[in-house]
Amino acid sequence: MNLKSVLAASTAVMMAAPAMANPTAEVMHWWTSGGEARSVAVLQEQFAAEGGTWTDMPVAGGGGDAAMTALRARVLSGNAPTAVQLKGPAIQEWFEETGLADIGAVAEENGWDAVLPEQIAAHMKCEDQWCAAPVNVHRINWIWGNKQILDEHGIEMPTTWDEFNAAAEKLQAAGVTPLAHGGQNWQDATIFETVVLGLGGPEFYQQALVDLDTEALTSDTMRQVFDQMRTIRGYVDDNFSGRDWNLATAMVMNDEAAFQIMGDWAKGEFLAAGKEPGVDFVCAPTPGEGFLYNVDSFAFFELDGEDKQQGQALLASLIMGPEFQHTFNLNKGSIPARTDVSLDDFDDCAKQSNADMTADAASGSLLPSYAHGMALRGAPAGAITDVVTAHFNSDMSSDDAVQQLADAVANSM
Amino acid sequence: MEWLERNVPKVVLAPSFVAILVFVYGFIAWTAWISFTRSRLMPRYELDGITQYERLFAAPRWDVAMNNLFIFGGLFIVISMVIGLALAIFLDQKIRAEGVLRTIYLYPMALSLIVTGTAWKWILNPGLGIQAAVRGWGWESFTFDWLIRPDMAIYTIVLAAVWQASRFVMALFLAGLRSVDTEIIRAAQVDGIPTHRIYSAIIIPTMAPIFLSAFIVLAHLAIKAFDLVIALTGGGPGYATDLPATYMYAMAFSRGDLGQAASSAMIMMMVIFAIVVPYLYSELRPRRDQ
Repeated sequence: MNLKSVLAASTAVMMAAPAMANPTAEVMHWWTSGGEARSVAVLQEQFAAEGGTWTDMPVAGGGGDAAMTALRARVLSGNAPTAVQLKGPAIQEWFEETGLADIGAVAEENGWDAVLPEQIAAHMKCEDQWCAAPVNVHRINWIWGNKQILDEHGIEMPTTWDEFNAAAEKLQAAGVTPLAHGGQNWQDATIFETVVLGLGGPEFYQQALVDLDTEALTSDTMRQVFDQMRTIRGYVDDNFSGRDWNLATAMVMNDEAAFQIMGDWAKGEFLAAGKEPGVDFVCAPTPGEGFLYNVDSFAFFELDGEDKQQGQALLASLIMGPEFQHTFNLNKGSIPARTDVSLDDFDDCAKQSNADMTADAASGSLLPSYAHGMALRGAPAGAITDVVTAHFNSDMSSDDAVQQLADAVANSM
Repeated sequence: MEWLERNVPKVVLAPSFVAILVFVYGFIAWTAWISFTRSRLMPRYELDGITQYERLFAAPRWDVAMNNLFIFGGLFIVISMVIGLALAIFLDQKIRAEGVLRTIYLYPMALSLIVTGTAWKWILNPGLGIQAAVRGWGWESFTFDWLIRPDMAIYTIVLAAVWQASRFVMALFLAGLRSVDTEIIRAAQVDGIPTHRIYSAIIIPTMAPIFLSAFIVLAHLAIKAFDLVIALTGGGPGYATDLPATYMYAMAFSRGDLGQAASSAMIMMMVIFAIVVPYLYSELRPRRDQ
């Protein structure tokens, strides 16, 4: 072997080395509870099967607040994680603050545009480049009913808020708590947004809670929304303060209350308790038309290092892969963000959710949930929630509430 | 060698001095700077005047938080001192098994505020705690639902905080009572002065510095109060039991509104200064009679 061939061989090895770099990913997320942790484990296995090295960085607590705090500390110290669970306008906010990695190559290769509803795809783009990958779609505006109680009192699932009020009056007269609710501000906000959608319609929702149009915020419709919130307050039992959402779900399960208004993660509680949709409990969209979504997604920071960039690309393609979307959402209770995944294994509520999503995407009534951080950035969303929860938990008049709402939104800018 | 001898104290103190300078005063200055910017998710450094303070004072939630601070702080300090003093005086009566009783009374202090808050949350919950128990005994109309009433919820926080802190005050006062010169007390007893007069005219006045210490400790506990609120009410119902510390936390960590959080932190610090500076002034000024 002469010197030349040794040199050639070593050059070849060096050239090949970068291509052999193992994809690595440090993934920051807050999916730590039972079903969620199982769902992440699926992703982790797939990542490892493709030859990647996964460093798990779960940060529990505060519905993501703790993770966001950890993320901020990491980014400030110049040590951003490879991938992080981010959603809604926070993605664009981070993009403006620090920049995010462009995963357009993966998106184009896998044809994301064709399989995602337009409204949801828009959340994943920062200035026309793909910067995040969606995992699932939760529908927020569900109302869950206890089938037995409803049958006993001859009540159908309400399709208007008037019907809901009539049903609730009837139940209350019969000594049943009409609505199971937990007095935490995000739960108050969840009911509020479904009422805004139901009474005002999709267009009004868009103007009031997405565009923050002052006219819409101070309109008569908004006043009616607060009136309805006051009415709903009367249908809630006395001990609702501070109650967790899953305890409220348990009330519906245990025949202590008839309805709950909550996103489709409540279904997970019913299913885990061995209840069957259509037999033990019923699901229906909250009164009115439209679909409020909460989409979980992963965003990727701009990082140096071939291994990390490969990790990001691999992770992005796996997250949007039909297989992962299928298994993950079966575990989580949501539906796949991809519209082309077969839902045969899913329950009827999920199938309805998927059908409605496709229909509402076409008609323009597929809307982001404000209560779950999809419609607005932190400060204005928080300001609205403050007013909603203060109104719900006191005897504030609807006129005052509308005025405070407009002031709070203006003040949060 | 001589240089070393003279300077060892300075050399040894230097690291902690630098650490305090950076991590306390440096960060206070940083927070002050941030409070004059439009920082949102991440800190930004371009100054923007007093916008954040204007926003702060325009926010109804901040008004509630400050009001709550005065209600909570005032009641907490006064009630804790009164109960602490009463307990200390009772324990000071040369009673049997004082050691055991003192331990029993001091034990709540060993609990973290999170535990206290959670326990009181269950006790005060109308469906689980006192109200349910009394109704179970047959008094059907008994109502004790402060926890879920926006106008009364702040008093449940006072209740839990007093339960925890009054024992600490008791320990302080007990030490104070024991340090009063027994000669004076004996002399008063010989003169036939009734016990309550001995306390009100001799012992308590000589304990004035201890009142001041207790006040300072309780006042800063009140202003910093955070974990108790989080555990007991979560700031609710609505935001009826928000305190400045929980407001600041919400702004900084849930809402991505750092400028707002920084300005509220500065106001909190000013409130503490308003209390501590007169204290330091009275402690540090040279005494004329010495």
